[in-house]
Amino acid sequence: MVELTLPKNSRMVTGKTWPKPEGATNTKKVQVYRWSPDDGKNPRLDTYYVDLDNCGPMVLDALIKIKTDIDPTLTFRRSCREGICGSCAMNIDGVNTLACISGLDEAKGDIKIYPLPHMPVVKDLIPDLTHFYAQHASIMPWLETKTNAPAKEWKQSIEDREKLDGRYECIMCACCSTSCPSYWWNSDRYLGPAALLAAHRWIVDSRDEATGERLDDLEDPFKLYRCHTIMNCAKTCPKGLNPAKAIAEIKHMMVERIV
Amino acid sequence: MAYLTDRKRATGMGSAKSGTQHHWFMTVSSVALLILIPCFVFTFGATYGAPYADVVAYYQRPFPSVIAALTIAVSFLHFRGGVQTLIEDYIHGALKTPLIIAMICLCYAAAAVGVFAVVRLAL
Repeated sequence: MVELTLPKNSRMVTGKTWPKPEGATNTKKVQVYRWSPDDGKNPRLDTYYVDLDNCGPMVLDALIKIKTDIDPTLTFRRSCREGICGSCAMNIDGVNTLACISGLDEAKGDIKIYPLPHMPVVKDLIPDLTHFYAQHASIMPWLETKTNAPAKEWKQSIEDREKLDGRYECIMCACCSTSCPSYWWNSDRYLGPAALLAAHRWIVDSRDEATGERLDDLEDPFKLYRCHTIMNCAKTCPKGLNPAKAIAEIKHMMVERIV
Repeated sequence: MAYLTDRKRATGMGSAKSGTQHHWFMTVSSVALLILIPCFVFTFGATYGAPYADVVAYYQRPFPSVIAALTIAVSFLHFRGGVQTLIEDYIHGALKTPLIIAMICLCYAAAAVGVFAVVRLAL
């Protein structure tokens, strides 16, 4: 249900301002959302100053710098540092993206960093993605066949393989789903752009023999049709994918089945 | 608090096996309104400010009266579908179903009154 105000225990309070690094002349002000389940306090926005002359160029570099040199309690996910794993997805200056491929110089002024919106927070910048992953699993993200497996591989033409382009590259960072207002209000029933993009990837796979069952499972006013083509998903995807287009194509196939 | 598995929470009660008809109806009615609304504006505008007898005479012609009746009927049916989606989006809990019922009744009533008024003018 839509909520116009935050619950009392979720309202932001002013956090701690950490001193500027000694001797630094070229600093960037970085404000980071902080919340811990252990202290019972409200979330706060801590302010850090990062010495740009002694830090890598990306937002993730700044966060690692803060954790290493200023505040080791700061918690966030990161792994590959090159936009492949999707671990460091967060809301940077109002946009869901990957911290590892966001340049510090892209922000003109101070940088504000929050966890992905409208998800339960585990700690600081770490959202709980359990439900998001379970939704992905529910669309059966694997090849379903009924024909006996061939002696070698399932063959696919070059043209059919090309239909998967723009679908298979999703890294499941959750930037798209957590930018979608429909997902914010109805994530318990709406699958969200990431899961639907994955569903489309298997629906259009020429080797998959469960197209009908996959479409049957999605034929639902909430699972699929909560997408109102808001397009936030396409705008925010750090991999440049277009989940909204994939969803529109699923809807088109649904109509093809009845008309 | 319920001890449900993550998968159980994600799949819920499964697919309702409906939704495409609603989507298709909204698509068709949108296209219809794309044609009807301009026709309605031009026909309605032609009688705007005219004396009562002239308006009645105008709406006794088939084209303006059919356009007016169709615009009213299709608009309210389209509106019904849109507002139902809106209520489903934003209102959860016990209030949702009564609101949807009330909205559907209101839309059908408004469409019926509108079409009746046009028919009365036309006949």
